[in-house]
Amino acid sequence: MNEYTYPILFGVIVGTIARAIMLKTDYRQYPTYLHGKVIHLALGFIAAGLGSVAVPAIMEKEFTAVTFLTIAASQFREVRNMERNTLTELDGYELVPRGKTYIEGIAIAFESRNYLVIFTSLVTTLCYLVWNVWIALVAAIVCYFIIRKFMSGSTLKELVDIEHHEVQFDGAGLYVDNIYIMNIGLPARQEDIKRYGMGFILSPKNFDVRSTIANLGQRQAILHDISIALGVYRDSGTPALVPLIKRDLDDGRIGVFILPQNKDVDKAKKVLGAVPVLENAIRLPSESKANKKGSGKE
Amino acid sequence: MMMEKAVLSVITTNKDKISGGAPIFICDTKEEMDNVAANLEAILDGISHALSNEMYVIVKH
Repeated sequence: MNEYTYPILFGVIVGTIARAIMLKTDYRQYPTYLHGKVIHLALGFIAAGLGSVAVPAIMEKEFTAVTFLTIAASQFREVRNMERNTLTELDGYELVPRGKTYIEGIAIAFESRNYLVIFTSLVTTLCYLVWNVWIALVAAIVCYFIIRKFMSGSTLKELVDIEHHEVQFDGAGLYVDNIYIMNIGLPARQEDIKRYGMGFILSPKNFDVRSTIANLGQRQAILHDISIALGVYRDSGTPALVPLIKRDLDDGRIGVFILPQNKDVDKAKKVLGAVPVLENAIRLPSESKANKKGSGKE
Repeated sequence: MMMEKAVLSVITTNKDKISGGAPIFICDTKEEMDNVAANLEAILDGISHALSNEMYVIVKH
């Protein structure tokens, strides 16, 4: 026991709790199987340890100890690889795959959350050492809110207006509103689709959103999330029954065609609205110089 | 080379419109054609697309 024991202990505990909090909200993106959780709690514990030890090390003028953090960085990059590989392997067996963009988003989240843990532990240990345990506690609470802020990305309902439309056939062509989805030949399949299919039109609220929802990865994420939440009328031998999203080239709206097992319009709208906007799909064409200098409209 | 899409077979009631390429199934009636297409769809794991009232193609996506 020395003067650093309690501050380090405090930092490690706060950091590990922070990781546990961040794991909790992950369930929709990633199934809550126990072993997966253990891996991330253990890594969170290591991250918390690294974060809290860094401060006393510097206070003891052991500046080289900071190089430990670089080892941590490469370690957590490995976490990202691990998550990416696992999810990509599993994706082949999903009825409606997540898609690469969604997987990459999840993997990045897992890596960055470990850095947030290091940050939390570092700040709380520092506060404990410089001032006292109460200030450290306040710092921990502040960190909690910062983490919450980082965790909550925007959702689709902030970007688009969602409208329900019945699916319809024009000959063999399947349409949602005026957006062509696909060609279904067999009359029996057409009946299935009329019975089980639902259509939604997502209209972008501004110019930037057009490119975001046009992203194929974002579209796949929408299909995946809604198929998870509402079930999907599909099996491996029925390739014709596939949820799809197509785009109206004229105005950037997208037509979402889904085959839910639970045909509840309000619920479907809620799920669509809650789909996360993938970091990698966000585009800001309005920020480009050409658009700023030009007419400035849109 | 991985082909992204391929026509696996053609089902038709009009013999004059087709020749060669993919396996062709010639049917006498529309009902027979629907039936054959439904079976082939399940067997080949492809989607039946209608090109016209008398011709389906099974496409692997």
